[in-house]
Amino acid sequence: MTAPVAGGVDCDLHPAVPHLTSLLPYLDDYWRDQVTTRGMTDLVSQSYPPNSPISARPDWRPARGKPGSRLEDMQAQALDAFGVRFGICNPLFGVQMVFSEDMAVAFTCALNDWLVKEWLDKDDRLRGSIVIPIQSVEKSVAEIERCARDKRFVQVLMLVMGDLPLGKRTYWPIYAAAERLGLPIGIHAGSSYHNPPTSVGWGSYHIEDYVAQAQAFQTQLTSLIVEGVFARHPKLTMVMLESGFTWLPPYLWRLHKFWRGIRMETPWVDRAPLEIVRSNIRFSLQPIDAPPEPEVLNRLFDHMQSDELLLFSTDYPHWQFDRDAALPEGISSDLVKKIMIDNPLATYGRLKEAAIKETMS
Amino acid sequence: MNVQFRERAETASSTEARAQVKTAIADCDIHPARATATELHPFLASRWHKHLETYGKHPYQGMMEGPPYPKAQPNASRRDAYPPEGGPQGSSLSFMQKQHLDPNNVVLGVLNPLATGQGIRNHDLAAAICSAINDWQIDKWTSKDSRLKGSIVVANEDGPTAAAEIRKRAGDKNFVQVLLLSRTVEPLGQRRYWPIYEAAEEAGLPVGVHAFGFGGNPITASGWPSFYIEEMVGHSQCQQAVLSSLVLEGVFERYSRLKMIMIEAGFGWAPSLAWRLDKNWKRLRSEVPHVTRLPSETIREHIWWTTQPMEDPERRDHLFDVIDWVGWDKLLFATDYPHWDFDEPSRVLPPGVGDANREAFYLGNAKTLYGLA
Amino acid sequence: MTRHVVATVNELPPGTRKFLTIDDRPIAVFNVNGEYFGLLNRCPHQGAALCEGPLIGLAQSSDPGEIEYTRLGEIIRCPWHGWEFDIRTGQSYCDPKRFRTRAYAVNVEPGTAVVKGPYVAETLKVSVESDYVVVDL
Repeated sequence: MTAPVAGGVDCDLHPAVPHLTSLLPYLDDYWRDQVTTRGMTDLVSQSYPPNSPISARPDWRPARGKPGSRLEDMQAQALDAFGVRFGICNPLFGVQMVFSEDMAVAFTCALNDWLVKEWLDKDDRLRGSIVIPIQSVEKSVAEIERCARDKRFVQVLMLVMGDLPLGKRTYWPIYAAAERLGLPIGIHAGSSYHNPPTSVGWGSYHIEDYVAQAQAFQTQLTSLIVEGVFARHPKLTMVMLESGFTWLPPYLWRLHKFWRGIRMETPWVDRAPLEIVRSNIRFSLQPIDAPPEPEVLNRLFDHMQSDELLLFSTDYPHWQFDRDAALPEGISSDLVKKIMIDNPLATYGRLKEAAIKETMS
Repeated sequence: MNVQFRERAETASSTEARAQVKTAIADCDIHPARATATELHPFLASRWHKHLETYGKHPYQGMMEGPPYPKAQPNASRRDAYPPEGGPQGSSLSFMQKQHLDPNNVVLGVLNPLATGQGIRNHDLAAAICSAINDWQIDKWTSKDSRLKGSIVVANEDGPTAAAEIRKRAGDKNFVQVLLLSRTVEPLGQRRYWPIYEAAEEAGLPVGVHAFGFGGNPITASGWPSFYIEEMVGHSQCQQAVLSSLVLEGVFERYSRLKMIMIEAGFGWAPSLAWRLDKNWKRLRSEVPHVTRLPSETIREHIWWTTQPMEDPERRDHLFDVIDWVGWDKLLFATDYPHWDFDEPSRVLPPGVGDANREAFYLGNAKTLYGLA
Repeated sequence: MTRHVVATVNELPPGTRKFLTIDDRPIAVFNVNGEYFGLLNRCPHQGAALCEGPLIGLAQSSDPGEIEYTRLGEIIRCPWHGWEFDIRTGQSYCDPKRFRTRAYAVNVEPGTAVVKGPYVAETLKVSVESDYVVVDL
């Protein structure tokens, strides 16, 4: 088993909202009464049924309550277990599924406030991603600006499957705001279910939806690249979270081949897609969709042609690996350090600032 | 203005091709076209002639004419493939022979007609056109050139009707497979399509799933993209979803002799998908008890891929890694003639491939799979 | 270097092109807005008859959605995979560092300076722009 190095960054942690009612203290009077009077229950996405094996590793599943809902558990099982200096919280709560813009805004703001009070305030290692009410681009920009004042928010969070391809210009004010504030955009697995969760319709099964996440990341990456998001916002970084990465090299070969022939359709794409990925895209480590043999993964790393793309993650409490085997077998200690420390610090500007401050104090 | 004077009949490409390609090859993805709008009429009941004129095809997308995402070249085809006698690219057998089959030494050409009855909302019309296309393939192509073999096109959204068409053609040596398109109303593993698989397995015919089609769903899981390039790259993701569906619905447990071919979406994506399916099946198999085998084993046994558009990494050792993982015995060479993203047979496989693998890649695998060895 | 008559000026008005073989080399000669260009009729990608493709302009963009379209008629698009080549220089626009097709300098000679006959001889100076890049696929 490959040992972690201390002082790393866990780039994908999932603190769970115990229940919609946990957000009541953070809602205004109107919304508090809406929730209780209308009998709203919970906002749980089918992407992660709480009792699904994917949603919690068996030894991380608490006796009661949702997996990942207790700070003590996250501290022991993830933060302490891997000796990290920082852990980035990516709350997965079904706000993106809501159809009413106003309701989405209310719940999203409450969610971000909840994260601060019940997680970030309670452990110095924790950092947060700003969940945005994607139903309104304007309100998303406002929420980014509001939360960004708290330097512990280090990223903006979006889901990989929403209403529109992420490269569409409708969303660009969000990217402009993030770039301006020096925040990467984290795109996380999951769907709002406003479209069928595969490109060929509604599958029958949860496992099918989950496997399909990887394809969604592929089409979104195409959209982001060919729409020219990084031509307009060259300093913007996007992190693919819980996306898998072993699909990347053949995907890029295909995109590159077509780009050469149809360049004139999107002439603002003036660099090879691989170059754009190298400069603007990163991937969290989990899940590693590969067989356990080191030879295969080492070939894949060679295909990827860059050791700067991967950012350490446990995806806690999701079940992606057993025991402490978060890191792949047979990788060098240099690569471990890159994945756990260098790459995340290079990606998250606010972490780097904090790390520098710590070193200086 | 683009007026051209042709001095010479021969172009560099065909000369070179003739000089270099002496090995016999299979081309497992050729697209025959109709020369005129009414070429199908002899095979189509007359009630449909007027119907088509009046109401058109009525597909699962909005445009009466032309594709929703405009192509990169007219008819999505090579500009040098227009037959001298007129008609669109791919519509002339003699020109196909002259430009492609003869110089490239194609000894087995599998016809995959597009723009058929598939993806049409009027299911009666769909069935009629599909049956007519099958008759047309024999009349115009396979009966005239024994190198060419047809695909049984079926109105796939109507399972029983599609199965009947397959049973009607079963045993007819003009056909070597059943053809479906990848973008359908529901993912292709679902039970509404099972009658097709049952009939194909019974007839001993593989089922090819070709990129394209429309089933009314946005072509990504996050809505409709803007550009044609997104559609083209996206065929890879669509085929991944199709294959996942086939595996996770237990199609191959149910039809254990069925073989399927993923056509025109490349193959580089396959190892990563198989690993992802395996990993998640191990955790989530209680949801799908009908899936009794490791997905990668099912894929290994039941799935083939056509090669076009061939993966084209900077380093050929990377390509060879991927082919090793997929299996040299699982690839079926294809050019996609006459489409513009055509893979030229003599140029597409990097040097450094051993003779046995070359032979399998270019011909052997196809002959075995289609029972023509 | 030998000069080969390819056509009379009248036979190759603006917007037209002519295909011919010189010393076993397939070449096409174009008249674009009164200027003459010659190109080897072989795409360095997979060997297609490059010169049968359409002549378009050069699409560039400094900002997504905004397109600067210049040099109309001076970019040839390969009839197979659509790669774009500058007919003046052979420079490709899909992967500028790697691919270039061969361009041949074309001149128009005044009629009296060359051999009289059905065709007015025209000079075709062959100049190799750069090493022919063989695609290693």
